[in-house]
Amino acid sequence: MSYQIIVCGSLVPDPLQTLEPVTGPQGPALKNEMMLPSWLDPWAGHALYEAARLAGQHAGSKVWLVSLGPKAKLQQVMMTVAQKVPFELVALDGSAGGFTDASETAAALAEAILAIPGLDLTKLLLFGGWESASRGAGATLQIVGERLGITDQFQGVDSLTLEADGSLRILERVEGGKHQVSVCSAPPAVLGWATGSLPEPRNNPQVGMANMRGIMPALQKAKPSPVSTGDITFTSVTLPTQTRTTQVIKDASPEQIAADIVAWIKGG
Amino acid sequence: MSILFLAHTEPDGTLAKSALESLAATVQLAQSLGTPFTVGLIGETPGPAADAIATCGAQKFLTVSGPEFSQARYATDAAAAEALCRAAAATLVTAPATSRWNRVLPGLAHRLGGRADTHVTGVGVSNGQPCVSRWFYRQRMEAVFTRSTRPWILALEGGIAAPWQGAAGTAHPDAVAVTLAAPRTQVTGFEAPAADQQTIRPDAELLFVTGAGWTKKQADGEVKVAEAETLIREFLRLSRSSLGSTKSLVDLGGEGQSVLPFLSHLNQIGQTGSTPRHAKGLSTCCHGEEPHTVGWRFIGERRAISLDANCGWARGKADILYVADAFAVMAKVNALLAP
Repeated sequence: MSYQIIVCGSLVPDPLQTLEPVTGPQGPALKNEMMLPSWLDPWAGHALYEAARLAGQHAGSKVWLVSLGPKAKLQQVMMTVAQKVPFELVALDGSAGGFTDASETAAALAEAILAIPGLDLTKLLLFGGWESASRGAGATLQIVGERLGITDQFQGVDSLTLEADGSLRILERVEGGKHQVSVCSAPPAVLGWATGSLPEPRNNPQVGMANMRGIMPALQKAKPSPVSTGDITFTSVTLPTQTRTTQVIKDASPEQIAADIVAWIKGG
Repeated sequence: MSILFLAHTEPDGTLAKSALESLAATVQLAQSLGTPFTVGLIGETPGPAADAIATCGAQKFLTVSGPEFSQARYATDAAAAEALCRAAAATLVTAPATSRWNRVLPGLAHRLGGRADTHVTGVGVSNGQPCVSRWFYRQRMEAVFTRSTRPWILALEGGIAAPWQGAAGTAHPDAVAVTLAAPRTQVTGFEAPAADQQTIRPDAELLFVTGAGWTKKQADGEVKVAEAETLIREFLRLSRSSLGSTKSLVDLGGEGQSVLPFLSHLNQIGQTGSTPRHAKGLSTCCHGEEPHTVGWRFIGERRAISLDANCGWARGKADILYVADAFAVMAKVNALLAP
């Protein structure tokens, strides 16, 4: 059986950058947001790599990456992502900021997915990260799924096995360091990925060149998709200010330190 | 305004601690807003759970029950929650941010024409309207906001309030009927390490964080992964603490380097991992700067052992930094903890 695997994922600021909130005309934003180096969202990246692995195992399958972000930033990020795995980009030109409303983002993504030529719900696996490193809500994918009429949804996915009978065996993270095991009879399904089990693929220039032939036209025809903070009224957006006064103990012996730690653990 | 508190029962039919915490926060919110609230419960047999919180002050109890609601499954949970919300005509819906509810609530909001906010760490009232706080950019900045759209659905994080406590009673819940299509998904079980191998313990007093330094060359020029594994496992056994790990240590496995075999991405804390809540935290051999230390965000008392006195996990983040060799210290700690 072949699958249509659509991965929703966008860009986030490089996690090593210092972020500072500012108030702009559209509400809160990041200071120098357009200047910050960006990455593909980490969990969306895991979803993309898992999608490529599955597509590689099932002949005739195809992967799309549907991404909403500022066109110029998308182009910058795709220069790297395109070298990882084969996919076709569907680009939407709009804000990828964390303060935008998930429901507006979901509406734009769902519209773009429904416009993909030849979309077949009976083959559809809708992938994405279970949260983003920007909004971090874990909400967008579920709403996209609802808009597409998909009610078999899974979040915090670490494993998907496509069984010989066409069913999907899925492991989702639940409380207490456990995985819930579910079996879904067939696509369509929504899977919000946690980390999965694959390392980041090495850059492959040949894959990159093949991908870029489609990525540049996709970026050129990226549909403007203005998303906003919606009905949210922000009262404040602040950085955590609490800084602890760290007591540095340099010259104690391991025995002394161990005794101190044990007393602390035991409530002393 | 009308409030609905949503909860699901656990496999043993009770309500989890996180549900009781969210209930307490809901009771407080309802009092602040001067509005009544309804409790909606989902489960195979939610009646006893309703009785257990019968005196919480709810105006009404609603339940959706049946064997198909014993499983945490999107299709049935969304249908049940939708039925409860419509029956309660709620404009504000609260629920504990369990994996079960986090899976469903945003989709539920879409069905109801409302909005959902997850990972809510605080609820309050401003100008007579509810407002919430939650973190953005992976716990790197906190926002306070409100919404105008109703219903507004809130997934409340654990620790948002002390668990509700009160006498049991008789709730007399009203059963809400739900029409379901045959589910295409079946929950077939759970996978977890054996009880004595489980290293993630959400209820533990202490979070023990291991960093990549455990797998690096030590002072004598040798890599001592086996010794590190023994020390860490022994400490976890003796202290009953929960094990967290930095991303760099977990990622080593994917890069084919020596790793601690009992670590998985489930242990990962920080920017691309979890932000667990524990009263105390002890980090060992960790390195990295502010973005990685968000795994500390919700830890109460923090101590660190590192050879680097300027480690980002310690300076300004920990209460006490021991500049020392973690191998030597943890060996002594284990000796002291041993019965």
